[in-house]
Amino acid sequence: MGINDLLTLITALLIAWSCSLLGCFLVLRKAVMVGDAISHSVLPGIVIAYLVSSNFNSVFMLIGAAFFGVFTTVIIDFFHKKLKLQEDASIGITFTWLFALGVILIALFTDGNADLDQDCVLFGELGTTFLDKVIYNGRLFGTRSMLMILPVFILVVLFVVVGFKGLQILSFHEEFAKSKGINVNFWHYSFMALVSITTVMSFESVGAVLVVGLLVIPPATSYLLVERLIPMLWLSCLVSTISSLLGYFASIYFDVSISSMIVVTSGAIFILVIIYTKLKIAFRKKIVNL
Amino acid sequence: MSQNSIEVHNLSVAYNRIPVLWDIDFELPKGQIIGIVGPNGSGKSTLLKAIMGLIPLSSGFAKIFDKELDLVRERVAYVPQRESVDWDFPATVEDVVRMGRYKKGKLFNRLSSIDKHLASEAIEKVKLTPYKDRQISQLSGGQQQRVFLARALTQGADMYVMDEPFVGVDVATEKTILELLISMKNEGKTVVIVHHDLQTVSDSFDYLVLLNTRLIAHGPTKEILTEENLQATYGGQLNLLSKIRNIIKNKDFPMREKGFEDK
Ligand SMILES: Nc1ncnc2c1ncn2[C@@H]1O[C@H](COP(=O)(O)OP(=O)(O)O)[C@@H](O)[C@H]1O
Ligand SMILES: [Mg+2]
Repeated sequence: MGINDLLTLITALLIAWSCSLLGCFLVLRKAVMVGDAISHSVLPGIVIAYLVSSNFNSVFMLIGAAFFGVFTTVIIDFFHKKLKLQEDASIGITFTWLFALGVILIALFTDGNADLDQDCVLFGELGTTFLDKVIYNGRLFGTRSMLMILPVFILVVLFVVVGFKGLQILSFHEEFAKSKGINVNFWHYSFMALVSITTVMSFESVGAVLVVGLLVIPPATSYLLVERLIPMLWLSCLVSTISSLLGYFASIYFDVSISSMIVVTSGAIFILVIIYTKLKIAFRKKIVNL
Repeated sequence: MSQNSIEVHNLSVAYNRIPVLWDIDFELPKGQIIGIVGPNGSGKSTLLKAIMGLIPLSSGFAKIFDKELDLVRERVAYVPQRESVDWDFPATVEDVVRMGRYKKGKLFNRLSSIDKHLASEAIEKVKLTPYKDRQISQLSGGQQQRVFLARALTQGADMYVMDEPFVGVDVATEKTILELLISMKNEGKTVVIVHHDLQTVSDSFDYLVLLNTRLIAHGPTKEILTEENLQATYGGQLNLLSKIRNIIKNKDFPMREKGFEDK
């Protein structure tokens, strides 16, 4: 395993862990589709940030992402709660429209630019991130992708650790939190902003489609096995770690896209866990019947 | 000292412009067990949510202990309907009960040992100590209801507002809850309970609010339970009405209350 493998793996793990932690709350809040929507509708934010700063400057990207992510949830809530449109329809309209807008902005304003094209937006490519190394005073600090995702990962961990109680009560019982005067909007929108930032920072590496897999599959797998929230967070990270490692080496072996292989692996783990839980229930019944 | 536990004035609520509560006006006493009664869909849950500031009002206002809700939030504990959460959530009985101690503006702090002690005490009061480490999906309906009650108890409030705490609970839970309500009342607390069925447990209510989109009547239970009021509340639901008639006829209604006996 060379330095390039290591750099790619670290990037993959940082993304996977950030997504696993946030994904647990998306799954528990039954807001996975909102996460999906956000991962697509931040595209105009990225393009605008790119046009403003004419590179992938992370500060502009963060602001653009957070803005469009929160904007998406506000619009979805507006359609759903105020205009009484069904929730899935509200989500479908909002994110396809914003995503399409982003695609058009790319075509119109960034023509021929290699960094930002439709393919990269949809799928991303972890396999080439090692080409963009950050070297300062002759010392290697990592890849640009890795250094972009690192602060986001730290932010996610801090938010989940320090804000654990807020996220927990929001996910379990929003109405009760509200009755205690807790500012549920603050928690809701800061959480959604963080989901937006994470998906944007993962864009180049895994793309808008596969990041949803990272947000959903490890938490859903973990959800099947645990009885409390903190173990769910840990196990979710463990599942995504195993998927990332296995997926990475499998992708090298088969010479295919790394992020796709990571998501395929986590899906396979999910299926194994389902079989395990079903067998466990069947086995218990058998013992009872004997 | 304030005189009223809850004051509601000119209160209306609409969903999609269809009024669900219409021009409700009442004042409720303190230190009593108060029943808010009406058929399904009569707006009882909506009334509680309006009082707790959880939904926008079309008109009017609600005050608690003669003050704006935000000034007295710490003094009120709300127990929503059991169906308002997903019981498959990864949490134990203790996890949920401790949420009663989560406070606004203090969410970043750790729970103190006092908080944890209050939670254990509340779990003991609702007789769930043997189940405290159990995941909440592995509880019966009655036990789940008691979890909610325990969570409210940790808040140490002066008033408890409960939405249908007797729905789908076993006899043991019903007894536990009733005992608790009476001991709360004896401590001078106000208990407001939404209830859709006058046949069960209603002899424990000191005071009644009869509701069916509009306010039908409110007052001490014995004054309120007239056939006319019940007809207005449950009108049309003849089956139920005849049952209630029987209750009144058989006089096993609030006459058991202390103070009424000598009349
Ligand atoms: N969120 C909502 N949106 C639209 N209609 C609602 C909503 N909640 C309740 N309703 C309607 O308002 C009426 C009163 O509901 P509710 O307050 O739950 O009655 P109760 O608790 O007395 O059974 C019902 O007709 C119900 O269908
Ligand atoms: Mg109700």
